[in-house]
Amino acid sequence: MRFFEDMTVGERSEFGSFTFTADEIKRFARQYDPQRFHLSEEEGRNSLFGGLAASGWHVACVCMRLLVLDTQRGDQEAIARGEKVGVGGPSPGFRELRWIKPVLAGDTITYARVIETARTSDSRPEWGIVQLRNTGTNQRGELVFSFLATGFIPRRGAGG
Amino acid sequence: MTLTFEDFPPGPFGSFGPRHVTREEIVTFAAEYDPQPMHLDEKAANESMLQGLSGSGWHLASVMMRMMFDGFIGRAASLGSPGVNELRWLAPLRPGDDLMLDVEVTEARLSKSRPDTGIVTFKAIARNAAGQALCEMVSPIIIGRRDGAGAS
Repeated sequence: MRFFEDMTVGERSEFGSFTFTADEIKRFARQYDPQRFHLSEEEGRNSLFGGLAASGWHVACVCMRLLVLDTQRGDQEAIARGEKVGVGGPSPGFRELRWIKPVLAGDTITYARVIETARTSDSRPEWGIVQLRNTGTNQRGELVFSFLATGFIPRRGAGG
Repeated sequence: MTLTFEDFPPGPFGSFGPRHVTREEIVTFAAEYDPQPMHLDEKAANESMLQGLSGSGWHLASVMMRMMFDGFIGRAASLGSPGVNELRWLAPLRPGDDLMLDVEVTEARLSKSRPDTGIVTFKAIARNAAGQALCEMVSPIIIGRRDGAGAS
């Protein structure tokens, strides 16, 4: 991943899109969130969602997948240019996760991140601490998903 | 009997599990949703900060969702959730872990916009067999009220 010094507060980047098919929605739901509105079109229509809706955890897990793949792509490109890449630390968690609108079968969600805050760690000087607002927007341009993640980002030349 | 808003007063609610998590499940989940080497491969995992193969934090959160479903959401008048106020990953999920989920109701209030529902906020803590807390999450769920309650 990129180094702390290369990140700027306010910077926004899209990192991938995913289409939630009915099959994918049901497959995730059967395993991790088998509420009826995630498993049946009819139950979905009769629910607050108004149609077969993806589990919010499915929407979040796809976000993670696309983030990881984007980071890996970026690393490969940097290595090909002969640059150093950093390794992030384990995330301590997130806040303010919002499932703003349902993600229904057939919806395509485009994910993006905005760097909200960036500071160095006093106790662990080899790390920067960054807060990223990750968002999902559907094909109609409606914001459907967001959360504020905290990440430990390596500092350049910290010996890591 | 379906559990309704009235069945979730603030206070301790219950403990659910155990839920066994296999190495195969950890690797399968990671390959699809969090393909970082420390979740996929022992050698890379041993060299990582987490020192050994660990489950994705998103896998742990998804397993917690399933444990809540099996524990009570599956027989509650759940209408879905608006989000997660806070989630903290405290220690890694490991292959072979047997998880227990301790659930507490931290707040229960009636919905203003939908008078036939209430919003119940749950705090759920997943622990391994040694009792070590792995993940803590605070999340509201919209739950229907008893038949007729709040009907206009």
